[in-house]
Amino acid sequence: MSKKRAELSGEQNGSQQINSLGVSAEQLARGLGWFSIGLGLAEVLAPSAINKISGGRGRNTGFIRLFGLREIASGIAIFAQGKRPAAAVWSRVAGDALDLAALGLAFASPDTNKGRVAFATANVMTVAALDVICARQLSSSNDESVSARAAAGGTQVRKSIIINRTPEELYQFWHDFENLPRFMTDLESVQVTDERRSHWVAKAPAGTSVEWDAEITADEPNRLISWRSLEGADVDNSGTVRFERATGGRGTIVTVEIEYNPPGGSLGAVVAKLFGKEPGQQAQEALRCFKQLMETGEVIVSEGTVWDNGLLTQRPAQPLSSEELPKTLAAGAKQV
Amino acid sequence: MRANCWYGKQDVRVEQVPEPKILNRKDAIVKISSTAICGSDLHLYNHFIPTMEKGDILGHEFMGEIVEVGPDVKNRRVGDRVVVSFPISCGNCFFCKQEMYSLCENTNPNAWMAEKMFGHSPCGIFGYSHLTGGYPGGQAEYARVPFADVDTLKVPDGLPDEQVLFLSDIFPTGYMGAEMCDIKPGDTIAVWGCGPVGQFAMASAYLLGAERVIGIDRIPERLRMAREGAKAETINYEEQNVHDTLMEMTGGRGPDACIDAVGLEAHGGHGLIYAYDRVKQALGAETDRPIALREAIMACRNGGTVSVIGVYGGFIDKFPMGSFMNRSLTMRTGQCHVQRYWGKLLERIEAGEIDPSFVITHRMSLDEAPHGFDIFCNKEDECIKIVLKP
Repeated sequence: MSKKRAELSGEQNGSQQINSLGVSAEQLARGLGWFSIGLGLAEVLAPSAINKISGGRGRNTGFIRLFGLREIASGIAIFAQGKRPAAAVWSRVAGDALDLAALGLAFASPDTNKGRVAFATANVMTVAALDVICARQLSSSNDESVSARAAAGGTQVRKSIIINRTPEELYQFWHDFENLPRFMTDLESVQVTDERRSHWVAKAPAGTSVEWDAEITADEPNRLISWRSLEGADVDNSGTVRFERATGGRGTIVTVEIEYNPPGGSLGAVVAKLFGKEPGQQAQEALRCFKQLMETGEVIVSEGTVWDNGLLTQRPAQPLSSEELPKTLAAGAKQV
Repeated sequence: MRANCWYGKQDVRVEQVPEPKILNRKDAIVKISSTAICGSDLHLYNHFIPTMEKGDILGHEFMGEIVEVGPDVKNRRVGDRVVVSFPISCGNCFFCKQEMYSLCENTNPNAWMAEKMFGHSPCGIFGYSHLTGGYPGGQAEYARVPFADVDTLKVPDGLPDEQVLFLSDIFPTGYMGAEMCDIKPGDTIAVWGCGPVGQFAMASAYLLGAERVIGIDRIPERLRMAREGAKAETINYEEQNVHDTLMEMTGGRGPDACIDAVGLEAHGGHGLIYAYDRVKQALGAETDRPIALREAIMACRNGGTVSVIGVYGGFIDKFPMGSFMNRSLTMRTGQCHVQRYWGKLLERIEAGEIDPSFVITHRMSLDEAPHGFDIFCNKEDECIKIVLKP
């Protein structure tokens, strides 16, 4: 199974991504961790020497000691966070920004050695570049729920749910991709164009939409369906859904893996998160709606919780007015 | 239509809102004839439960007449007189199939919120915050009831509203509290809290064969109701030490089972312990005050059962795990699986074995709901249970 996933994402090994520097992100992180601790100790123990090397002339030692403590904290965090210390390395990036800001102030100050400040700035920028490379790699491969990953900058989610129906029933329903918008609230429509191909339209922020053609890449009756977008897609994406019989006649465990490169790359994903379109939660909500649909025949609506532009939104738990009603229902999960 | 809406801590208002419409094919619209204020509504009123929105319609104990049904409603029709269950349950999922209706997997659209807080989500509940779905409640003229076949119970015309209304929540809740005690002949059951749910827990303990039932509270009229309505013995915790008194009454062994019908806003206990919990709750270091629960655990006999039907919302402090583990206690708990019990409880009402209206102390119009919340919250005017007429 894992081999198949690796083939799908076109990668040999998902977790050990090697960068242009020839070391893995994990190795780089450990190096940066030791660097943090070393520099931090130097700043705490010998602040005046550090001040001098960086071109400072004034009495900045208290300030530098604080920066040293920050470095040590980042270093410890890198080792404490385990194998993939993405957050800790990002904290180093934030620290680099602080260092650069301080050096910027030093440049502006008349009381500094400009040559040494420039040298220190160049050094910090080099380390900052390493930090960013390392943090990006760790973040992009950080979702451990996904065993395989798409190219750097992509987003992957993997979610599952148990449904009180047989794999056969669920497979059959899902296999007709035109059914997908009935429980994936951010899809506007899916049109099946032939045996393997379909055309998808999804809602995007600010009332726009994105479209793509997709093809089925794997199809094992009652077990698994995989699909991926074809060249020229607005959003490059692929997905797999698996249907496994649960123990003791308790229905089916449905697992979905979706990988996509949102418009704007990883920045787009960050922005999407800020606006609440967190892909993991969206996939989970889609599965929940799928379960409701398969177990009860429809997606359940409460007046205090409505779908707005593909998002679950809270409003007062009061009946909807006749103006709100059609809009909310149209924006929400499609009724059967 | 008019509805009682929540606007903030101790601020509810009766307002004009749109009338509900059928949104799902298994919905029914009920024209409400009677609706009640529940003790657990006070947790919302005092804002102990998060995820409330200004304007939320409260109320989860209501009944009335079906005035409209969705196209997929099979066994209910317009004109049926029904009681509505406070849990909203689909009837088709793993839990509903096992009659664990309050654990329905499909009726809480905000399950993700509850999962963050509780690890997993319970069912949707009418008028009970957005954590349990954001469904408009029944302190209103009309309500939309999803899954009408599952979540309404037809009641005979011969029985007045006041005798059947409490099948929506507090009678089955009290009954389940007693049922979870696994009562055997000769058992002594102690019940913390003589509010309406406690009253039904005591009455149900007798229905299920308990020999002695002991009610614990501090409010004279509630203790009186426990003695006269539920036929229990009583302990006023402001006058007697609860633990010592219970040990005296049971020869030092303790009650066979203890029911916590108090929940997160408990009073009493040792003055210092109460102050400790009030401070921790006010600071957000614990969300719930488990004073009754701790006392119930400590008092329960070795190998006994602690049954928790009082509502808790978050986290408690100083749980006596040592006592619980070393003495082989069992804890059972849950929001009531109303639909599992209401049929057989209706039969008991019809047979004259119990008249649930004994808990009612106040009757008022829906418009007086804010006043009702005020006196109920402050236990003024000997208020124990309020029924509102829309």
